[in-house]
Amino acid sequence: MWKLMISYLRPYKVSALLAPLLMLLEVSMDLLQPALMANIVNKGVVLGDLAYIERTGLLMIGVAIVGLIGGVGCTVFSTYASQHFGTDLRDHLFRKIQTFSFRNLDELKTGSLITRLTNDVVQLQTVVQMILRSIRSPLLFLGSLNMAMWISPRLTLVLAVSIPVLVVFLVLLIRKSFPLFGRVQSMLDQVNGVLQENLAGIRVVKAFVRAGYERKRFAGANGEYTKEAISANRLLGLNMPVMTLILNLSIVAVLWYGGALTRGGSLPPGDLIAYINYVTQLLFAMLMVSNMLTFISRARVSAARVQDVFGAQPDIVDPTGAQAKEPAAADVVFENVSFGYGEHPHADPVLSGISFTARPGQTTAILGVTGSGKSSLVHLIPRLYDATGGRVLIGGTDVRDLPLDTLRGMVGMTLQQSVLFSGTVLDNIRYGRPEAPLEEVTAAAKAAQAHDFIMQMPDGYETLIGQKGVNLSGGQKQRLSIARALLLKPRILILDDSTSAVDVGTESRIQAALKELMNRSTNIIIAQRISSVMEADQILVLENGSIAARGTHEELLRNSEIYQDIYRSQRKEEDTHAAAN
Amino acid sequence: MPQPTKPASAEPGRGGPPMMGHGPGRNMVMQKAKPKQAGATLRRLWAYLSRQRFGLIIVYVTTILSAVISLIGPFLLGKAIDRFIMPKEHDGFWSLCLLMIGIYALGSVVSWVQVYVMTAVSQRTVLALRQDLFDKYQQLPLRFFDTHPTGELMSRTTNDIENVSNTLNQSVTQLLNSIITLAGSLVIMLRLNLPLTLVSLISIPLVLVATRQITRLTRKLFKAQQQHLGELNGFIEETVSGQKIVKLFRREPVAIEQFQKINHKLNQVGIRAQIASGMVGPVMNMVNNLSFALIAAVGGWMVLKGHTSVGIVVSFLNYSKQFGRPITELANQFNLMQSAIAGAERVFEIFDLDTEYAEDYKRAVTELGQVKGSVEFRNVSFSYKPGTPILQDVSFTAEPGQMIALVGPTGAGKTTIINLLTRFYEIDQGDICIDGVSIRDMDKDSLRSKVGIVLQDAYVFSGSIRENIRFGRLNATDAEVEHAAKLANADRFISRLPDGYDTVLVAEGSNLSHGQRQLLTIARAILADPAILILDEATSSVDTRTEMHVQEAMQTLMKGRTSFVIAHRLSTIQDADRILFIHGGRIAEQGNHRQLLEAKGFYYDLYTSQFQRAI
Repeated sequence: MWKLMISYLRPYKVSALLAPLLMLLEVSMDLLQPALMANIVNKGVVLGDLAYIERTGLLMIGVAIVGLIGGVGCTVFSTYASQHFGTDLRDHLFRKIQTFSFRNLDELKTGSLITRLTNDVVQLQTVVQMILRSIRSPLLFLGSLNMAMWISPRLTLVLAVSIPVLVVFLVLLIRKSFPLFGRVQSMLDQVNGVLQENLAGIRVVKAFVRAGYERKRFAGANGEYTKEAISANRLLGLNMPVMTLILNLSIVAVLWYGGALTRGGSLPPGDLIAYINYVTQLLFAMLMVSNMLTFISRARVSAARVQDVFGAQPDIVDPTGAQAKEPAAADVVFENVSFGYGEHPHADPVLSGISFTARPGQTTAILGVTGSGKSSLVHLIPRLYDATGGRVLIGGTDVRDLPLDTLRGMVGMTLQQSVLFSGTVLDNIRYGRPEAPLEEVTAAAKAAQAHDFIMQMPDGYETLIGQKGVNLSGGQKQRLSIARALLLKPRILILDDSTSAVDVGTESRIQAALKELMNRSTNIIIAQRISSVMEADQILVLENGSIAARGTHEELLRNSEIYQDIYRSQRKEEDTHAAAN
Repeated sequence: MPQPTKPASAEPGRGGPPMMGHGPGRNMVMQKAKPKQAGATLRRLWAYLSRQRFGLIIVYVTTILSAVISLIGPFLLGKAIDRFIMPKEHDGFWSLCLLMIGIYALGSVVSWVQVYVMTAVSQRTVLALRQDLFDKYQQLPLRFFDTHPTGELMSRTTNDIENVSNTLNQSVTQLLNSIITLAGSLVIMLRLNLPLTLVSLISIPLVLVATRQITRLTRKLFKAQQQHLGELNGFIEETVSGQKIVKLFRREPVAIEQFQKINHKLNQVGIRAQIASGMVGPVMNMVNNLSFALIAAVGGWMVLKGHTSVGIVVSFLNYSKQFGRPITELANQFNLMQSAIAGAERVFEIFDLDTEYAEDYKRAVTELGQVKGSVEFRNVSFSYKPGTPILQDVSFTAEPGQMIALVGPTGAGKTTIINLLTRFYEIDQGDICIDGVSIRDMDKDSLRSKVGIVLQDAYVFSGSIRENIRFGRLNATDAEVEHAAKLANADRFISRLPDGYDTVLVAEGSNLSHGQRQLLTIARAILADPAILILDEATSSVDTRTEMHVQEAMQTLMKGRTSFVIAHRLSTIQDADRILFIHGGRIAEQGNHRQLLEAKGFYYDLYTSQFQRAI
C-alpha cells in the first residue's frame, strides 16, 4: 500500500511534504499553549507580574493565529495532493482496464472492476488525505511526550507505565476486532445477496406466492448480520471507555506524584498543571492514532484490490514488429484450432480440431446447441480471445501477427448480448465510426430494420437512450447493434445470434436487406433456426466443440444425421406450410 | 486538549469525509441532502427506536450519568490544585485521589454499558427497519418495480439504512451527552466564577458563526462534488460493463478521453469542496486556543487581583474545552443527522406506498377452491401509462384444458394479457373471469397459486437445484421433486452434475446454461401443479433440439390444464386450440392454425415470411 501511495504522490511531492510541515507548525503552536499558561501561573501569578500576564496572553493569541495559518495551509496542500492522487490513480486504472483482453475482463469481473474504480479509489484517496493531515496526532503525541519529559523527567515515569499499557490494549483490540469486521462484511454481502435476488426475481416470487418464504430467508440473513454486527461493535466499544480510564488514572497518578514533588519544591505548581495538560493531549492523540490505524488497515484492502488490477497482464497485445498493412484478401481460415477458457490444461476444451475456410462474398453459417462453442469460435477472429492451439488466418496472415487496430478495424461484429451506451440513437449507431455521414447511418439502420422504429421515437435519431439502453426492447437493441456493425462496412461481418429477440418476419427482412452488402464481405453467421442458415454457402454444425458436419443445406440434409435431427425438430412447421400452399 | 475533529466513535472508519461510504454510483446523483419533513420522519424513526424501551432507558440513564461524571472530573481536579497543590498540603490528598479514581472508573464502566446497550438498540432498530422494508417490497405491485430499478432499491435498503444506523449509533447518545455537558459545564462555571464564565462564553458566537459560514459553503460544494462523482461513476459503470464492445469497436482512446474530462472536473470541484470542509478543523482549533489564551490571561490577572484561585482557573481551562467540543460536535451531528433523516425519509416513502393488496382489504375477496380452469376476457382495456393504451377491448374465452396461443409482433401486448390474468396489474376496463368469477373478487395470492408461470428469463435463485424446484411447492418431498424433474426432462442433466440435485447454483444460476435453467423452471411449474398454465417465450433461447425435449415436457405439463403460450416460433403453437393474433393491443385474428392460414391474414403473412426462402 505504501509503495502505491508514495508513487502516486510523487508528482505532488511539494504539497505532500508541505502539508505535514504546516501541520507541524499548527501542532507546535498547540503545544506552546500549556507551556505559556504555565508561565502565567509560575511567573505572572506567583510573582505578581501583571504586565507579564498581559504580554503572555497576547503572545498566546498570536500563537493561536499562527496555528490557524498552519492548519489552513495543511488543509489546502493535503487536499490538493490527495485529490490529484485520486484523480491520477483513477485515470491509470481506467487506462489499464482499456488494455484488458476479454479474458482479463472475465477474470476480474465487471462488477468488481467497477467497485475498484469507484469505491476503492475514493477510499484510498480519503486515507491519503487523512494521513497527510492526521500526521497531527503522532506529532501531537511526540510533542506532548517531549514537553512532558522536558518539564519533569521524573513524572514521566507515570507515562512509562501507561503508554505501553495503552499500546498493548490497542494492538489486542485491533487484532481481535478485525476478523470480526470481516465477518460482518460477509454477512452484509449475504443480506444484499438475498435482497438482490429477490428484487431481480420479484415476478417469480409473486407468481408462486412465495413472499412468506422469501421473508424468512431474508430474516435469517438479516438476523445473522445483526448478531455479528452487535458483537463486533460491542468489542470495539471497549476502545473509548478503557482508553479514557487509563488516561484518567494516569492523570490522578501524575497529580499524586506531582503533588509530592511540588511539596518537595522540585516542581513549580504551574508546571504540574501544564504537565497534566500535556498528558491529556498525549493520550488523546493516541486515541486518534488508534482510530487512524483501523482506517488504514481497511485501506490496505482497497490498495490490494487496486493493485490486482495493475498486476493483471493483458494476454492479448499487439505483436512486436507487426506488419501494419491490412491483408489484401479477407478470407478467414481456421487451421486445426483449439480453445479453452480454463487456466489449467486439464479443463475441458471448448473447441478442438476446428478447420475451415470462409471466403469473401460467401456466408458461413454455424449451427449447434447452446454451449457447443459457436460464440467462442467467432471470438477468435478479432482476437477477443486467442486460440490455445492451431492458427486463425486472415488473408494468409496469422491474426496474432496483425496489429489489433488493423485486425479489429476489418471486423464488424454483433455480440450475443446487445450492449448500448447512453447517448442518442445516432451516437450509438455511429459508435464505431463517429464521422460517418448521416445518409450512411440511415442506410445501415434501414438494412437492420431499425429505421422505422427509430423514426417512431419522439426525437428520431436524436432520441436519448438511457443507460444500457433501458428504454428499448430486446429486439430493438439487437437491431441497433446490427446497424452499428453494418455502418463499419466491415470486410468480415460476424453476426452472433443477433436476431433471437427479433420476430421471424423482421428477421427475414433483415436477411434480405443484408444480401447486397454480404456480397462484398466475408460473412459468418451464428443461428439457431435452419431457415436462417439454409442459403449459406457452407454450414458448420458444431457439437461439443468440434465440427460434426459441414456442407450446404442440401448436402447436410442428405448426409448428416445431426442436421437431419435439427431439421426434423423444425420440420413440422414446414410440412404444415407446404400443406397451406 | 484542542481536538477539533470528531472524537473517537464506536466504530472505526465511520464518519469519514462525506465522500465515503456510498455504493458505486448511480444513486449518488439522486441523493438529496436535505430532508423534506424532518419532524414527521424523526417521529416515525423514534417509534422504531422506542420498541427497545428497556434498552433505551438504560442508555438514557448511562448517558446522563457519564455526562455528569465527566463534569465532576475537572471540578475535582481544580479542587485538588487549590486545596493540596498550591498550598502544598498533604493531609487528605490521598482520599481525594481515591475519590477521583473511583469516579473515573465509574465513568468508564458507565460509558461502556452505554455503548454495549446502544449498539444492540440501534442494530435491532435497523434490523426491524430493514425487515419491514423487505416485507414491503414483497407486497408492492409490479408497477412499482417497473419504475424503480433494482440498483436504486438496493441502495435504499443498504446505503440509506446504513446511514440511519450509523447516526443512531452516534447521534442519539452524543446529542444527549452534548446537551448535558453543555448545560452542566455552564452551571458549574457560573457557580465557580461569573467573569471567567463570560470570558469562556466569548468563544460560542465565534464557533457558531464560523460553523455556519463554512457549512453553508460546503453544502453547495459537496452537492456539486456528489454530482460529478455520480457522473463519473455512471460513466465508469457503463463503460466497464460494455467494455467488450468498447474493444470490439476500437473506442478505447475515445473512452479514455471522455473519462479524463469527467475525472478532471471532479478533481476541480473535489479540491474546492474538501478544502472548504477541511477548514472546520483549523478554525475550531484556533477558536479553542483563543479561548484558552483568554481564560489563562484573564484568569491569571484575576488570581493576581485575588478574585479567584489558580485551581478555579485550571478547572475553567478544562471546562472551556468541554464547552467548545459539544458545540462543534452538535454542528457535526447536525449535518450527519440531516443526511440520515433524508435516508430514513426515502425508506418511509416506500412504507407509505399502497401495497397491491390494499384495495382487496377494503373489498371482500374470496379464496379460490378447486378451479376448473375456464378463463374469459370481457372487453379488457389496459394501459401502463395513462394515455398510451396497450390493450383495447380484448375479449376471448378459454375452455378448461384448452391451449391458447398468443402471437404477434414484439410490443403488441401479449405479455400484458398474461400480466393481467395474474393480477400483476389491474385492468382499467372490462373484466376477467375464471370459472365465471371475476378475478377482482378473488384473493390475489390464491389466484396466483392456481396459475403457474414459466417465464422467458428462467429465473433461478442461488441455492441447490432441489431448493429451486421445490420453490414451486414448499412441502413437496424429495421424491416429488425428482419426479417433476423427470417429467420436465431435467433429470438427465441434473444427474450428470457432480452433486446431482444438491448442486448449488451460484447467483442467477450462471453455472447452468439457459436451456438447463429453463428446464428447471418448467419442473418448478410442474411441481406447483397449477390449474392454469402460462408459458411466456419459455423456449426462445433454447436450441431446437433441446427444445424438442422441452416441448415434450411442456406437453406433459399442459395436459388437463388451461394453458396460455406465447411464442415466436410458430412450430411450438400449431397444435393450439385457439391462436390469438395480437396486433396493436387488439385481437386482430383468432382461430386455429388451419383456419388462420386459410384466412390469409396477419398470421398467414407471419407464417409464410418465416419460410419464404425455404421453398
